Amino acid sequence: MESFSAILTEALGLILAWDPDVIEIIVLSLRVTLSAVAAACLIGFPLGAVIGAFRFPLRTGVIVAMNTMMGLPPVVVGLLVYLMLSAAGPLGVLGLLYTPTAMVVAQTILVTPIVAALTRQVIEDLYNEYSEQFTSLGVGPFDRVRALLWDARYSLLTVALAGFGRAVAEVGAVIIVGGNINHVTRVMTTTIALETSKGNLQLALALGMILLTIAVIVNGLLMAIRGTAARAAYV
Amino acid sequence: MFRRSFLGFATAGLLALGLTGPATAQDDFIVVQSTTSTQNSGLFDYILPMFTDKTGVEVRVVAVGTGQAIKNAANGDGDVLFVHAKPAEEKFVADGHGVSRSDVMYNDFVIVGPPADPAEVAGMSDVAAALSKIAEAEAPFASRGDDSGTHKAELSLWNEAGVDVAAASGGWYRETGSGMGATLNTGTGMDAYIMTDRATWISFGNKGDYQIAVEGDEKMFNQYGIILVNPEMHANVKGDLGQQFVDWVLSDEGQEAIASYKVDDQQLFFPNAK
Repeated sequence: MESFSAILTEALGLILAWDPDVIEIIVLSLRVTLSAVAAACLIGFPLGAVIGAFRFPLRTGVIVAMNTMMGLPPVVVGLLVYLMLSAAGPLGVLGLLYTPTAMVVAQTILVTPIVAALTRQVIEDLYNEYSEQFTSLGVGPFDRVRALLWDARYSLLTVALAGFGRAVAEVGAVIIVGGNINHVTRVMTTTIALETSKGNLQLALALGMILLTIAVIVNGLLMAIRGTAARAAYV
Repeated sequence: MFRRSFLGFATAGLLALGLTGPATAQDDFIVVQSTTSTQNSGLFDYILPMFTDKTGVEVRVVAVGTGQAIKNAANGDGDVLFVHAKPAEEKFVADGHGVSRSDVMYNDFVIVGPPADPAEVAGMSDVAAALSKIAEAEAPFASRGDDSGTHKAELSLWNEAGVDVAAASGGWYRETGSGMGATLNTGTGMDAYIMTDRATWISFGNKGDYQIAVEGDEKMFNQYGIILVNPEMHANVKGDLGQQFVDWVLSDEGQEAIASYKVDDQQLFFPNAK
C-alpha cells in the first residue's frame, strides 16, 4: 500500500498539472451537483416552510414520510430514474438517459427531501416564536411564509450545504442514470469508482482528496457570504 | 448589501441550472452498451478516437456487466451491444432486440492466485482439473457472482469440473456480486483464486504479488460479439450510425486497430471477424 504522503503528492500533482480531463470532470461534478441543489432548494424551501408554518390534517404523517425520505438509498433512486427515462420507460421519448440532465434529476430527488425536512424544522421553530405577532398583525399566509423564509435565511444556507454534501458525495444514482460515459457523464465519484475497479487505488484516493478539497472550498465560500451578509446587516 | 449577496447566490444557482443542457450540441453520437473488460483494459480509449476521427460520430460507452448491458440494450437504451456471452447474445437476437450478431475478437480467461498456492494449481493448463483441486482443497475462490459474461463462463467451467459451487457459497466459494476490478481487489485481499479475462488482469493496477496460476485451456477462450440493436423494435435506435460503427469494427481497419492495442508490450485482444 502506498503511503499517504505519496497519495497527497499525486493529488497535488493532478491539480497542479491542470490536466484537462480532470478539470472537465471537476466542472461537470460541480455543474450537476449545484444544479441539483438549486432545484432542490427551489422546491424544498417553500415546501418545508409551508409544512412548518401551517397545521393541516395528516401533517405528522407527511413529516414522518419526508424525514424517512432523507434516507433514500441513492442506488434505488438511480434505478427509479433509470426506469422512468429508459427508452422503454414512460419518459423515454425525452432522450435524457445518459445525459447530465438525468444525473441532475436523480440528485434532485435525493436532495429535495433533505432540504424540505430540515427547512420544515427550522421554519417551525421560528414560527413558534412569531405566531402571536403574525396573528396580532393579521399577516396573510403568503407573507408569513415569505417572512419566515427570509428571517431563516442563514439557517437555510446550512440546509443547502447539507444537501450539497449528500449530492456531491453520492455515486450510486449518477452511475446508473449517467452511465459514467467519458467526457459526457463522468463525474468525480464515478471516476473514483472506475479507478478503484481498475486497481489504481492511489489515483482513486488522490481524486477523493480533490473532491474533499472542492467541498471545503464550496463550504468556505458560502460561510464567507454568510459572514459578509451578517456583518452588513448589523451595520 | 446582504440582500444583494443573497440574491447573487440565488442567481448563481439558477445560472448553474441553466447551464446544464446536453454536454455537446452535436447529435452525431451513438451509445454502446459494453462490458467492463473492454473499458478497463483501455481498448475503447485506444480505438474509438480512430472511428470518431474518420466518421465524425462520437461513441459513448456505458460499461457494465454483460448481463446488465444486454438488459439495458433490450430496453432500447443503446444503439450497439458489444459484449462477451455468446448464448445470451444469440438469445438477444432471437428475441428480436438485435439485428444480427458478429464475432469481433477474442482473448482468454486465466485463473490468478496467491503466491502460496494453497490448492497447488500453479502451472496447470487443464482448467477443469484445476478447479476440482481448488474445490477439494476448499481454497478460497472469489467469483463475480453478477451474471456477467465472465461469471457465466466461470459457472460453465465449474459445471464441467463437476463441482457444485452453490453449495459452497459463503464458505470457500465467495460471490462478490460486483465488477471484475472490484472482484480482483476483494479476492486478492482474501488470498482467493480469481478467474479474470487476461486483458483486465494485464492492465490491473493492484496485482500485489498475485500471479497467473492456470492458463492455456481452449475452454477458457473468451469470444466477444457485436450486435446492432434492432431499430424496428426500438424506434429511438440510430440504425445508420450504429451500423456504421459495427461495419468499422468488423472492417480490416477496425480489426487492425484492435490487434495493435498493447499494454506492457502484450496484445490484449485478437481480432477474428469473418
